[in-house]
Amino acid sequence: MDWLLNPDSATMKIVVMAIAIGLFVLVMSLILFLVDRPKRIPSWVVAIGFVGPALLLIAYGLLRPGLETLYNSFFNRNTTEFVGLANYEQMLTVGTFQKVLLVTAAWVILAPLLSTLIGLVYAVLVDRARFERIAKTLIFIPMAISMVGASIIWGFVYEFRPDQPGVEQIGLLNQVLVWLGLPPQQFLIGEPWNTGFLIAVMIWIQTGFAMTVLAAAIKAIPDDIVEAARLDGLHGLGMFRYITVPSIRPALVVVLTTIAMATLKAFDIVRTMTGGQFGTQIIANEFYTQAFRQNNQGLAAALAVVLFVLVIPIVAYNVRQMRRSEEIR
Amino acid sequence: MSTTPAVPASTPQTEDTAPTKPRKLSRLEKRAIATKGRLTSPWASLTAVILAALWTIPTIGLLVTSFRPEIDIRRSGWWTVIPGIFTGETEFTLDNYDQALYGSDNLAEVFVNTFVITIPAVVIPITVALLAAYGFAWIEFPGRNLLFVAVFALQVVPIQVTLVPLLTNYNQWGMAGSFWSVWLSHSIFALPLAVFLLHNFMKDIPRSLVEAARVDGAGHVKIFFRVLFPLLVPAIAAFGIFQFLWVWNDLLVGLTFAAPEYRPLTVAIAEMAGSRGGDWHILTAGAFIAMIVPLIVFLLLQRYFVRGMLAGAVKG
Repeated sequence: MDWLLNPDSATMKIVVMAIAIGLFVLVMSLILFLVDRPKRIPSWVVAIGFVGPALLLIAYGLLRPGLETLYNSFFNRNTTEFVGLANYEQMLTVGTFQKVLLVTAAWVILAPLLSTLIGLVYAVLVDRARFERIAKTLIFIPMAISMVGASIIWGFVYEFRPDQPGVEQIGLLNQVLVWLGLPPQQFLIGEPWNTGFLIAVMIWIQTGFAMTVLAAAIKAIPDDIVEAARLDGLHGLGMFRYITVPSIRPALVVVLTTIAMATLKAFDIVRTMTGGQFGTQIIANEFYTQAFRQNNQGLAAALAVVLFVLVIPIVAYNVRQMRRSEEIR
Repeated sequence: MSTTPAVPASTPQTEDTAPTKPRKLSRLEKRAIATKGRLTSPWASLTAVILAALWTIPTIGLLVTSFRPEIDIRRSGWWTVIPGIFTGETEFTLDNYDQALYGSDNLAEVFVNTFVITIPAVVIPITVALLAAYGFAWIEFPGRNLLFVAVFALQVVPIQVTLVPLLTNYNQWGMAGSFWSVWLSHSIFALPLAVFLLHNFMKDIPRSLVEAARVDGAGHVKIFFRVLFPLLVPAIAAFGIFQFLWVWNDLLVGLTFAAPEYRPLTVAIAEMAGSRGGDWHILTAGAFIAMIVPLIVFLLLQRYFVRGMLAGAVKG
């Protein structure tokens, strides 16, 4: 049965895939067949048939490993010796790790704020405009592109060629600098701006999400409110400030928190564009480095736990705002 | 930001139209009038055009570059082809794609890997989540609410927390590096969100429909397939596209669990970015090979995707 685990040609890979799907369908049908005896068996048995597979997978693949990681975070690099809070202490006191936390904070604050701001402005600008659909699709397309792909796209925009006669810039941004009469820059190397240029890629990806959700929220603002405000003499920026923004507040909170969480967990951009060098390292990528490169399991576990702990306040804020907006309703 | 100058432009138009017209304007007409002034303001239009350009030009640059001969890419920027297009001097080629797909990087095979990884990683979690969502929505059992809240809460767990213990486990079972471990991991990570979203859609179906079927003597399995499933097709499509894009574009799971010979495109491209950083002819072609399928899926099924995203974002 080795070929099932190690298919060695494209055809065999597809065969294995078909077998996997077939096997899965078979197991699921069997479960359904067994629980489908109306009125003969108690409803909780039926419930197990329906809910059981999902709960089992979640317990095995999320809950158990999560707890194990939490446990491991109190141990040394080979998980052989209990070290208490030493891993966490190292994170908070050692300079390189403090910097990682600082850079991560820059990501989690700047990426959601700027993508939401740009998405909101764009949504307002193109709302009911002539080319609304196409205009929205253009901003939205980066969402379909992987972060790795986006990193290649922007890596090429940031590409640097030494400033010598006869050497032309092939990166668009440096060419723009040259056109403006400025010297070309190594955007991904100079601290601390390189982190800003990496965050720009994240903003480029996430703005489409913000724009779509906020545009839908703007369209859902009741007309009588807009009309009443207009009769009261509100226009343009005043309308935006006093009617649009307060009306879509719940959507704004959801967008901000969703992007903040996505940003916190994402490591693709940093890993692809700088590999975490030149002072651009973030927690998510440091976790990968410690877990699979440095093989420091204790520290890696602690980093993963910190990632989780940092998500909690964002979620809590989201839930609280949601409760508040439901009360108002 | 630059919406400020839009104010004077919109003022006269909207004030004229509202009170003087005797006929009542429809919602859409009113809104159209209200926005028209704003967009005809040159500053607002300019801002919109600049943003649209910023979001589009980098991708166009990648696409154009991937069709240029290697030597041209090294010598000049992609924008220099623009005058050449009209005079016919610009040379385009498929060599980069040929080299990326069948050269030492062998992306053709990696492309197959990505497909083989993605399809089960979409089908399996959706099926499992559909059943679970049905169970949570329409079957009474003790502890139902508590379990549902637990599943909902697990959405926020970063998958980084699970990687090392899962990998250790797969090693013990002798399936580390195989497609099976990748499928299983993707399915697990998708479940909390899938259950939550599909449960929301399922709750929106009128209770009377399900009750009527129950009175007619239909069991849960029959109700699920005959009554609910047809109504859920848009929701399934929405989450299906979501999950497809997620798996196809994922780097972390592929990097952690897939053996080198089964790695997906994202992993291969990320590796190329590290090992052959300056070889833009291969990198641009490779990146576009990785992007083309999700782009097509996305553009064709955008409506479903947006609907799913709004349901997830606004309710979640």
